[in-house]
Amino acid sequence: MKMASLTGRAAVVSFALLFSFLLAWHLATRGSGTAQHMDPEYAKLMGATATQGKSAMPGPIDVGVKLWEHLRRPFYDNGPNDKGVGIQLVFSIARVLIGYLLAMLVAIPVGFLIGMSPLMSKALDPFIQVLKPISPLAWMPLALYTIKDSSLSAIFVIFICSLWPTMINTAFGVASVRREWLNVAKTLEVGTLRRAFTIILPAAAPTILTGMRISIGIAWLVIVAAEMLVGGTGIGYFVWNEWNNLSITNVITAILAIGLVGMLLDFVLARLTRLVTFPE
Amino acid sequence: MSDRFISIEGIARRFPVPGVGTTTVFEDLWLSMLRGEFVCMIGHSGCGKTTVLNILAGLDAPSNGTVIVDGQAIEGPSLDRAVIFQSHALLPWRTVIGNVAYAVSSKWRNWSSVQVAAYAQKFIDLVGLKGAEHKRPAELSGGMKQRVGIARALSIEPKIMLMDEPFSALDALTRGTLQDEVRRVCQETGQTVFMITHDVDEAIYLADKIVLMTNGPGAVLAEIVENPLPRERTRNEFHKHPLYYATRNHIIDFLVSRSRTFINETRGTYDPRNVAVVCPGLPEPAIARTYDTSAKPNRGQQFAAH
Repeated sequence: MKMASLTGRAAVVSFALLFSFLLAWHLATRGSGTAQHMDPEYAKLMGATATQGKSAMPGPIDVGVKLWEHLRRPFYDNGPNDKGVGIQLVFSIARVLIGYLLAMLVAIPVGFLIGMSPLMSKALDPFIQVLKPISPLAWMPLALYTIKDSSLSAIFVIFICSLWPTMINTAFGVASVRREWLNVAKTLEVGTLRRAFTIILPAAAPTILTGMRISIGIAWLVIVAAEMLVGGTGIGYFVWNEWNNLSITNVITAILAIGLVGMLLDFVLARLTRLVTFPE
Repeated sequence: MSDRFISIEGIARRFPVPGVGTTTVFEDLWLSMLRGEFVCMIGHSGCGKTTVLNILAGLDAPSNGTVIVDGQAIEGPSLDRAVIFQSHALLPWRTVIGNVAYAVSSKWRNWSSVQVAAYAQKFIDLVGLKGAEHKRPAELSGGMKQRVGIARALSIEPKIMLMDEPFSALDALTRGTLQDEVRRVCQETGQTVFMITHDVDEAIYLADKIVLMTNGPGAVLAEIVENPLPRERTRNEFHKHPLYYATRNHIIDFLVSRSRTFINETRGTYDPRNVAVVCPGLPEPAIARTYDTSAKPNRGQQFAAH
């Protein structure tokens, strides 16, 4: 018998794992039948958890049904506390992209400066070392106080957390451009600006893009927490709102959506990285 | 003297060493080259050959002295002096023609991209890379990469080409072909070349003058060997020339023993501005000393000790 390809075999294992997980989930959350005989009125009051041993945790089928509902109507809007998952995701993605792009506009030039100038590298290092480990959410009160707008504050938090990986990677990439390539530019009397765009930028691009990929990952992690704090709109707010509604089904649906969007963002950046990577 | 196209005037290079002060790589080096001349520099590792080349290229500055090219002192790198790097130093994100075009557009900044491409193509054809224009350096063999390096250097029509062991990373067969190519191109274009090499045969095949350096640190230029072989020489025939072995033996003797003892032997009489010019085959004093019979057993012992 011919052996299937590695991808094919991996897919089989993946499906087997998924199936066993769903099965285990289903078995763990299904009801155990009538637990005790009680007055029907009282049973109604107690709900399925007490009367049938049904777990409060929704099973995969409940989640699947809910997911299908959301997929059919992702963009409905029934007022502030009842919006489709699609709308909430669009809000979150928009905040992430605005904060992230603003961060790139700052991080890449500053990273260039640090990478090219040993003086600036030494001078800015203490600031970066202190600012980098600060949890982005710690900025939230300060942002709310100064900006006085919850949505802009969330964008600011995204901006701050996207800054560091890209800046540090850009500085590293720029500083470690091979001397021989710089020497080529020198012997050809290439000016500083042209050298930055034709030698340093392409040489450092793979490292810069790797930093940008780490940044978008962190930004997507942080937006959920930030939106839980500021409220109003966004997938993070949706998760917290559904928790307050005790709709675990919706929470699980949202978790799945967060994972898928995060994967998509990472995929896009991985593609871009591959575009600028050169074989040596 | 007006016939000096390139004049190296008393250059030295010192590096600071933590705890020791400074170390001198080479000292008080004087050398002149004529237009269209092919000069090879030979010496052991650490004698500062690459530093001399980097100073000529303008990538490094001498601690003392100056270098004058075509009547002007060197102040940094210039498009007049093209460098062929040992590691070829191609830009891996550009294609073959992109690499050459980068040099062309650096020299003639207001040319249109069509002009640049056509001009770059001319030099790619010259080094025999027609058909590989759109390949990336990673897809090329070592020899082809170095051909691109040569095309890039030639394309800016430099006054002088500086080559830092350009063929040392190549296999013997490729090296031979490329030596032929470089010789042909340089003779066709009347290029002035300064080349560093470890390969004695390469130097004899290519060079008009071979410059011998003593061992570093504190290296000095020991002597200049005038190549006695006729200018029209071929790869198949040049080693059959009656003076080939005299030249080769002289250089090898120098590298094996005299590169170490030269400074002590010539103490007091060595004049850096007027080093011995040796023409193997003629009874020169330098040769007479080398072939002195009384020195032979001594040299044999040193050789055995290697």
